[in-house]
Amino acid sequence: MTRSQNENNSLITQTYFSQKYRKKRHQNKLYHLFLLIGSLIMLYPLLWMLAASFKLPNNIFNDAGLLSESYTLANYVRGWQGVSDISFAVFYKNSFTISGLSIIGTLLSCSMAAYAFARLNFKFRYVLFAVMLVTMMLPTHVTLIPQYIIFHKLGWVNTFFPLIVPKFTAIDGFFIFLLIQFIRGLPSELDQAATVDGCGPIQIYLRIILPLSVPALATCAIFTFIWTWNDFFSNLLYLNTTSMYTVSLALRAFLDAEGQSLWGPLFSMSLVSLIPVFLIFIFFQKYLIEGITTGGVKG
Amino acid sequence: MAFKRFFKKNGIGYLFLSPWLIGLVTFTIIPIIFSMYLSFTDYDLFSNPTWVGLDNYINMFTLDARFINSLKVTFIYVFFGVFFELCFALLLAIILNKGLFGLRLYRAIYYVPSLFGASVAIALLWRQVFGGNGFINEILAWFGIEGHNWISNPDYALWTLIILKTWQFGAPMIIFLAGLKQIPGDLYEAAMVDGANKWKQFLKVTIPLLTPIIFFNMIMQMINSFQAFTSAYIVSNGSGGPLDSTLFYTLYLYQQGFQNFKMGYASSMAWVLLVIIAFFTALAFLSAKKWVHYEQ
Repeated sequence: MTRSQNENNSLITQTYFSQKYRKKRHQNKLYHLFLLIGSLIMLYPLLWMLAASFKLPNNIFNDAGLLSESYTLANYVRGWQGVSDISFAVFYKNSFTISGLSIIGTLLSCSMAAYAFARLNFKFRYVLFAVMLVTMMLPTHVTLIPQYIIFHKLGWVNTFFPLIVPKFTAIDGFFIFLLIQFIRGLPSELDQAATVDGCGPIQIYLRIILPLSVPALATCAIFTFIWTWNDFFSNLLYLNTTSMYTVSLALRAFLDAEGQSLWGPLFSMSLVSLIPVFLIFIFFQKYLIEGITTGGVKG
Repeated sequence: MAFKRFFKKNGIGYLFLSPWLIGLVTFTIIPIIFSMYLSFTDYDLFSNPTWVGLDNYINMFTLDARFINSLKVTFIYVFFGVFFELCFALLLAIILNKGLFGLRLYRAIYYVPSLFGASVAIALLWRQVFGGNGFINEILAWFGIEGHNWISNPDYALWTLIILKTWQFGAPMIIFLAGLKQIPGDLYEAAMVDGANKWKQFLKVTIPLLTPIIFFNMIMQMINSFQAFTSAYIVSNGSGGPLDSTLFYTLYLYQQGFQNFKMGYASSMAWVLLVIIAFFTALAFLSAKKWVHYEQ
């Protein structure tokens, strides 16, 4: 190949690539434009609620904009006073109690079950594992009514027990499944070494499996929190006096009690109710994404 | 003796499994059997159940127009909700997979609605946004379109819930994104060598390799949406109205079981729901042989 041909070739490839590059950059700009408009549409209801929570009552209706002549904190003050003289602080305490105990119960019972399925040998292991997979698929409504009857007979209706006790029995098979996957990925040489050093299964669980499973346990804790915090249906079934209400129930009761007149305070408290989940999202996004991609997550 | 030996060999496994086993028996197995029995009875929680045979099941399909309507409403919700949700999820995942700057931020933004979507707060917001003086009408007015009170109009109320469902496409989008990352780049190169343009590559490489994930998302979203409750309850104030247009299956089950205290009837509804979900899941698995591509 002569020198001029070579130069010619490189010139051709150069123009070809720069053309392609320019086309690509142009395309990327279009994608960004599309994604930005999409982001705005997706977030707009939330932004609007944020703005509305600071607006004066008569500026909330028929106003699609975010800006207003004047803003006020009055909605938050009125909202925090709560429903029938019970402050939102109580509802927060109730929601946090239920979520906190649910997390403890889920982590304990699911990690134990997962350790058994992943590492221990026992009779009917495969049968029981299959049973667990089946229960994951079962719609909750099939067990709902007998469960309610059992809790009713126990006198547990209008207590937190029906919402918390099942969590201590690894009721959510998804978390067992997620932890099994994780524990299977841990090198079994660690267990063997510990056995040589005289550790029994209980010590292996406590000293090796649990500490190493922290990332997966974090994912379980986060999802337990979000699901319990957002839960409405079982709260509606089991809690019926205002002082026992969770944040979800209180929001609905607020609307019922005040009618359509107090949208401002309602939005302010709705927004406050989203803060815990939002903070978790900000700080633990990695674990959330992990959980979703492991599969089967309701989101 | 035999028991002792069994325990010595398996005891430790069952020790770790015991919380789950206790829960399995008390909160799943006994309730399932009990629920099966209740579905053949009349039971109001306070007097003893009376055996009625198959009456609950027969009445449901022959006499109960609200039941048939709740089935219709739920099917529409599940079909369109899941379809639109997965379409948006796939579209956005494909765009986000182009390696654009700011992927993490976009992914976070599109995921936020999934995070909050199931909450009472968002359902309340929806009630206002699509109400007579909500901001949707305000925006429509800019384009000269006359609005409605979408929530109190039986023709549109269900669609506001389908929009709420679609809005939460972030979670399946993240699963699609993870799936797209798994597709090996050399497949695209091979396709390019064979002269396939971008569109052909998309149809012949991306989509087939993504079908297992599409299938997975479809099944999961379908099972979940059959059991949707909160949004319909909040938006219709527990009634399923206007004119039962948002009467989800689970909402009707709740009304029958816990407002009318027809717990036998509600139990039989729960079993019908189980059969419906099982049927559609089985159907999906059967059809999967035709369209889901599994690598050997």
